[in-house]
Amino acid sequence: MSEPDTEPPVVELDDGAVAIAGRPVLRHIDLTVRQGEFLALMGANGSGKSTLVRALTGLWPLATGSLRLFGTPFDRFHDWQRIGFVPQRGGATSGVPASVWEVVASGRLTRRRPLRPLRRADRAAIDDALEVVGLAHRARDGVSSLSGGQQQRVLIARALAGEPELFFLDEPTAGVDLPNQQVLADTLETLSGRGATIVLVAHELGPMASLIDRAVVMRDGLIAYDGPPLASEQVATAHLHLHEHGHHHAVPDSHDHAPHVSSLIEGGTP
Amino acid sequence: MSDFIDLLGLPFMQRAMLAAIFTGLAAPAIGTYLVQRRLALMGDGIGHVAVTGVAIGLLTGTSPTWTAVLVAIAGAITIEVIRERGHANGDVALALLFYGGLAGGVLITGLANESGATLQTYLFGSITTISITDVIVTMVLAAVVVLVGLGLAPQLFAVAQDQEFAKVAGLNIRFYNLLVAVLAAVSVTVAMRTVGLLLVSALMVVPVATAQQLSRSFRTTLAAAMVLGTVASLGGLLLSAYASFHARVAPGPTIVLLALACFVVSWPVGVWLRSRRRLRQPFPVVGATAHHTADEHPHEHGEDCGHVAVPHGDHVDYVHDGHRHAAHGRHYDEH
Repeated sequence: MSEPDTEPPVVELDDGAVAIAGRPVLRHIDLTVRQGEFLALMGANGSGKSTLVRALTGLWPLATGSLRLFGTPFDRFHDWQRIGFVPQRGGATSGVPASVWEVVASGRLTRRRPLRPLRRADRAAIDDALEVVGLAHRARDGVSSLSGGQQQRVLIARALAGEPELFFLDEPTAGVDLPNQQVLADTLETLSGRGATIVLVAHELGPMASLIDRAVVMRDGLIAYDGPPLASEQVATAHLHLHEHGHHHAVPDSHDHAPHVSSLIEGGTP
Repeated sequence: MSDFIDLLGLPFMQRAMLAAIFTGLAAPAIGTYLVQRRLALMGDGIGHVAVTGVAIGLLTGTSPTWTAVLVAIAGAITIEVIRERGHANGDVALALLFYGGLAGGVLITGLANESGATLQTYLFGSITTISITDVIVTMVLAAVVVLVGLGLAPQLFAVAQDQEFAKVAGLNIRFYNLLVAVLAAVSVTVAMRTVGLLLVSALMVVPVATAQQLSRSFRTTLAAAMVLGTVASLGGLLLSAYASFHARVAPGPTIVLLALACFVVSWPVGVWLRSRRRLRQPFPVVGATAHHTADEHPHEHGEDCGHVAVPHGDHVDYVHDGHRHAAHGRHYDEH
């Protein structure tokens, strides 16, 4: 292994933009995530935080800008086993019953080739993932019989089963009760302690607040703040704070440029 | 009875039994993935499109089985593409193809100067007139559907369960979506001779609906659906053959009604199992609350005392009349 300093950043997005149905949603996003960081992506509903995670995982194409994962340009990136994705809730049940074990085992597909049986290492990773989220005793139960918070833990275990180095979690605590949020926080602490890099989209941090190294606040599709963790009451006004890294597109800090941008989106005559 | 045994020995009956077994295995194997994606009616959409395929075969004088396979695959891919592009809801896309396929089929059959009776053998099945070539084609296609459906089960399950996760896991979701569409089209044409295009979807969906009444995992659902599909299609065929000594009983509808009968039997059992499971789910453990003792309590709770016993932390609560009673020394506490 080389020195940590010479390792390429885990995520490197340079001047990224995302357009949905032709409308620019994210603009001028510069985001670098280093190995082992625990980053919280925050902001109001519709600020673009989920869209950013979907762009970083390739679910939305970038309109402009360049994305590198683990130093590899995105078009040439194939090491999907290094990434664990926990989508927004709603994916744990489907039209046919599925056991907790089966859903978690599907996360192992990043490391399995088609038409090969499960190896011992695969089974061990699946068992370990269930153990970490505290659901080993429910492995044989149907996913639909679990509570919302427990289903969320199943989705985290599914990402965990592939033994990734980088986690993207999209609002894992939305609508989850406090005891389950605590279990989620403990799980993330374990992962972070194992050296994983974590990018967490969250509206409210709750019990996870103490784990965060860095907060990025989105506002109207732009990064409004990038720096040390914020208390939740500071998030709403984070765009008024000075930019830590001084992005090239930075504007005077107290100037709200949303109106200019919205006139562009509406397609006003230039 | 000996007439019935003799009937089973006849070559046309043996061909029909082979076709029934293979169809019964293949249709639910792919139907499980359709139900999982909440596209239970996709088989119906493809079946209607395949009517046009059959009619084209009749018009051009080629084998209707092969034209049906080709047109059904084209229709299935169209449904999948419309769905993926999000141009219309999945069910609207299905509806468009439903009507286009059926109308086109009836129109072209007329152009081919064929009677409705010819088309009817494809719409409602004619398993007892199946030729040796058709049996071989049915067996080969059904075997392909079963082998792919089981061999790629982990991938197909993951894609149907959560497309976004599967994509980030590096799976080629478009390939697997199209694969399911093509396999569905193939099994529709496989089942065409057995139960007919209008009833095909029943054999793909009803055994799955029956299986999931009692199962908790995907694997048992898939396996049980395949067993139930085989039982229904072979059982329905034998039942109709047995009844044919007394009345005209068509095998296709008999198979579908037998599959539905299995569902009707399993459904109340499923309802009972689910409500029982809900009742017995452990109560959450929360911090100590005030200590309430139950009023005068002549009944002694215990194993098989007739009340639902629910785990609650380190002890058991007995549930009756809206109370949760936990043993505490010589009395019961209200929990």
